[in-house]
Amino acid sequence: MFTNPNIFQSGSLEKIAAQLRINIIEMSYKARSAHLGSCLSCVDILTVLYFKILEIDPANPGMQKRDIFILSKGHAAMALYSVLAARGYFDPEMLKSYNQNGGTLAEHPPASGLAGVEAATGSLGHGLPMSTGQALAIKLNSGTQRVFCLLSDGETNEGSVWEAALFASAHKLDNLICFIDHNKWQATGRSDEVLNVTAHAEKWLAFGWNVQCIDGHDHQQIISAAHNASAKPKMIIADTVKGRGVSFMEDDNNWHYRVPNAEELHQAKQELCK
Amino acid sequence: MRNRFAQKLTQMSEHNDKIMLLSGDIGNRLFDNFKAQRPDRFFNCGVAEQNMTGMAAGLAKQGFLPVTYTIAPFCTTRCLEQIRVDVPFHNLPVTIVSVGAGLSYAGLGPTHHSFEDTALLRVIPNMRVLSPADSDELSACLEMAFATPKPTYIRMGKKGEPDVHGRTLNAYEISTPIKLTDGEDVCLIGSGTLLPEVVKAAELLSEKGVSSSVYSLPQIKPLPAIELLNIFSEYPVVAVFEEHSLAGGLSSACAELLVDHQIAGTKLLRFGIPDTFYKKSGSQSFARDYLGLTASHFVQKIINTLSGHKNENTRSHSSADKKAT
Repeated sequence: MFTNPNIFQSGSLEKIAAQLRINIIEMSYKARSAHLGSCLSCVDILTVLYFKILEIDPANPGMQKRDIFILSKGHAAMALYSVLAARGYFDPEMLKSYNQNGGTLAEHPPASGLAGVEAATGSLGHGLPMSTGQALAIKLNSGTQRVFCLLSDGETNEGSVWEAALFASAHKLDNLICFIDHNKWQATGRSDEVLNVTAHAEKWLAFGWNVQCIDGHDHQQIISAAHNASAKPKMIIADTVKGRGVSFMEDDNNWHYRVPNAEELHQAKQELCK
Repeated sequence: MRNRFAQKLTQMSEHNDKIMLLSGDIGNRLFDNFKAQRPDRFFNCGVAEQNMTGMAAGLAKQGFLPVTYTIAPFCTTRCLEQIRVDVPFHNLPVTIVSVGAGLSYAGLGPTHHSFEDTALLRVIPNMRVLSPADSDELSACLEMAFATPKPTYIRMGKKGEPDVHGRTLNAYEISTPIKLTDGEDVCLIGSGTLLPEVVKAAELLSEKGVSSSVYSLPQIKPLPAIELLNIFSEYPVVAVFEEHSLAGGLSSACAELLVDHQIAGTKLLRFGIPDTFYKKSGSQSFARDYLGLTASHFVQKIINTLSGHKNENTRSHSSADKKAT
């Protein structure tokens, strides 16, 4: 269960992403834990960041000159744990303890005790202000590290996101690189119907950010967008599919809360192993 | 008090380039010296307290010692979840300094009153809660905040508060109750800017032949439990005063302490703001008088309690005498 270290060490990004998706679905199945659809939509972004972009050293997680990644959509914790384990922050065997009594791997990322987790999130709208503070601090220290932050599209309901957006552009925090996992769903409905979560590009442009719109499952597009230089804070609006990778989960919002049964687990794994 | 805040922070930042000041778009001209000295350590975060608090946590993560500053309700209740999740949950050295706690801005109406801040912040794990009575206590609070960095809330008054101590205090002194006068009949413990009224009450009591000890208690959390338990065992009546709701503040913390340690025989009198929004216009002193937070109100209730206590003691002694016979 869970591990295939060879894939993580030498596999293609596609193979790594597929294995992460399998691990996530196994975790959800074993722990009877929700938010599967939200995890699967951001796997490609996490895969590219952790395997191609972030300047980090899993053997030295507290390294001072490291890039920071904050998962502001903390409900995708299974995806974060999976990619951290895959990069060697901790033994992948630990994934088995996810959501088990007395463990460290709670259903949202913890504030301490787990290498690689940069911020405790779970309540939406916290990650971007914290990322903004870190990006400002790095600039004040003349550092070259970057701060990456991943938000969900539903998360932009939160006013604190826009408070941070205004500060970051006013202070030209060009070391702040954010993604919106634009899977077009939030917990109980279409994100453009619950609130007016539309026209992301126009909104972030109006807030003074550099904006790129990409296919959030296209690894090359993610790499190019993350490397794109701009004197402004960067927002990458990643067009994604909730439940991506499993035919019967894709774009079906029931998988925000549903957990797979044994048969669904088997079928999902078969699809992802192809 | 706020002038001392600006002066002290400027002075401390001269020797500590980790100190940062984040303002919620208040303090026009107040921080000119700080800004002149450390232009890259002051940020006006705008009227956006959630972001200000979250950013402070991010700055602290990178080794800075940020201070967030705005009017009391805006840097506490307005962004309470950012405080709880981003600061004490991560146990980061962010200092939240509020101006205008209690009734300082009485005339500005309930949006600007702050009677709930101590209650809400003291129940969050890892938070230190400080309520200075005057500028000297405030200076010591800031010393403490940077000498032992951890999540800290400092609830300030506004400006022009009378000096109670008139001397320099150190961080150790403010971590315990500070004795101002020595007496036997009753102990008065004041916290925050209401302290001068408590001192006045002690003087009025003295004129009536009641001898009282007065303590200032700036550190509400962690509560100096050992010292307070000693006080409770020493005096038959202990009165606690604060410009804060009677629910959840210092006097509640003292009541919890008494119950937890099953201290019998001590009468705890609590003076604070009742469970109500205060909606009258006018000054802080008018509001205090209206809400029963002045020396004359205190004295009346204390005298009543003392005479009741004396009667109770007489009754219980005589009933004990009867039983003995």
